Amino acid sequence: MYNERVVKEFSNPQNVGEMKDANAVGTVGNAVCGDIMKIFMKINDNDVIEDVSFQTFGCAAAIATSSVATTMIKGKTVEEALKLTNKQVVDELGGLPPQKLHCSVLAEEAIKEAINNYLTEYKNKKK
Amino acid sequence: MKRVYLDYSATTPLSPDVLKEMTPYFTEHFGNANSMHAFGQEGAYAVDAARRKIADLLGVKPTEIYFTSGGTESDNWALKGGASAYGSKGKHIITSKIEHAAIISSCAQLEQEGYKVTYLPCDDKGIVRPEYLEEVIDDQTSVVSVMLANNEIGTIQPIKELCEIAHRHGAIFHTDAVQAIGSIPVDVNDLGVDMMSFSGHKFYGPKGIGVLYVKSGIKPDKLIAGGHQERTRRGGTTNVPSVVGISKALEDALANLDKNYKHIKELRDYFVEEVEKNIPHVVYNGDRVKRLPQNANFAFEFIEGESLLLTLDLNGIACSSGSACSSGSLEPSHVLLATGLPVEKAHGSIRFSFGKDTTKEDVDYVLDNLIKAVNKLRNMSPLYAEFIGGKK
Repeated sequence: MYNERVVKEFSNPQNVGEMKDANAVGTVGNAVCGDIMKIFMKINDNDVIEDVSFQTFGCAAAIATSSVATTMIKGKTVEEALKLTNKQVVDELGGLPPQKLHCSVLAEEAIKEAINNYLTEYKNKKK
Repeated sequence: MKRVYLDYSATTPLSPDVLKEMTPYFTEHFGNANSMHAFGQEGAYAVDAARRKIADLLGVKPTEIYFTSGGTESDNWALKGGASAYGSKGKHIITSKIEHAAIISSCAQLEQEGYKVTYLPCDDKGIVRPEYLEEVIDDQTSVVSVMLANNEIGTIQPIKELCEIAHRHGAIFHTDAVQAIGSIPVDVNDLGVDMMSFSGHKFYGPKGIGVLYVKSGIKPDKLIAGGHQERTRRGGTTNVPSVVGISKALEDALANLDKNYKHIKELRDYFVEEVEKNIPHVVYNGDRVKRLPQNANFAFEFIEGESLLLTLDLNGIACSSGSACSSGSLEPSHVLLATGLPVEKAHGSIRFSFGKDTTKEDVDYVLDNLIKAVNKLRNMSPLYAEFIGGKK
């Protein structure tokens, strides 16, 4: 059902876990739908994402997309990360079964949620 | 890598003894059982013998046994054929919320055709209690269908009591016994059912062959129109090798029933005990006593079933998940929801089903990998982090 790349990313996910000193955190999805993704980022003063990690409750596609999305935005600026689309995430994984495409949206949404939280809360506090 | 198959409720391997009996009917005795010549008659004799054997094993008449393409066709025939044949009494069909898709989908079609269908609930253990039927049955009820044992959580239903209620109200009663036959003792006459479905590949017989038992005097309308096969009740060239196969498989399954039941139940009970001892926050779905020996179904909290299934699969272990993501819909198992299990826990449910060839070594291998997989996925889960954080 899943291609080798997805299986590899799922069984060996990158950037897993909570980040204690994150300054941008976003959570999307809910348990009733069967998937939740929480993303943690450390964004520096130059708006560069220095570090990123995630926690995901969900199917293999949700975990694989979470993992690959974090690797794709690490070291990028906030502006660049906001441009990441779920299509790019799916392409990076070499495709997902059609019924699993909705899982990839989660990663894009979680990144946007975390950055929006950062822009509205953390930056305001600094001013 | 070691491979362990714990999905015997999905299907079983064909027994070599069964294959041996089937083989000549693919090659040497290939005749059409409906042909008058000797080639055809060799097949016809084999089909007659198989029908008599199955009837003897079940304690019924050979004329009450109809061969079909499997459990799904038998269920479709019983439900739709029963509804149309007995619809003059009334257009009310009663079934349960925990039936196999073959029944649920047939009922949905009947609803579109103007039948009223009532879906009986089950209790929190997955039992369809007789009082639930008593409450809703009326003088318009023509067909009642409740499964003998559930495929997901293995609960064994009070069929005899349900059947008596149906009969008292003049309705006919069908049971889907696909998971039960060959696994637990089934006395058709004692149960009193009018129709019963079962399938060959659940007890080490071939796929693509099933039986609908139809009690004398009960006449469901035809589902498959065709030639004169099955006393003109079910068209289609008789699948002679598979008919031979299902009768041999049933004979072997019943001859070894006590032995296999004991072996399978021992391993299942050991597995359940170890899981509950070693993994916190699990729910054992279903009834602990009124249950098929081969079935264990757990909800592992804070994780999603498909991830667990795939993690086990990567370690050579086969089991089954009724969770949303694997079926492509957002709805988790309708059976677990019917028992009142919250949606998020239903998402994390997995069925392990044991077979006659399962060994204790297999079970230990699965336990070891299961504990590791659950830990790995929980450490990734924001729900688990929240739970642990909340406790601190």
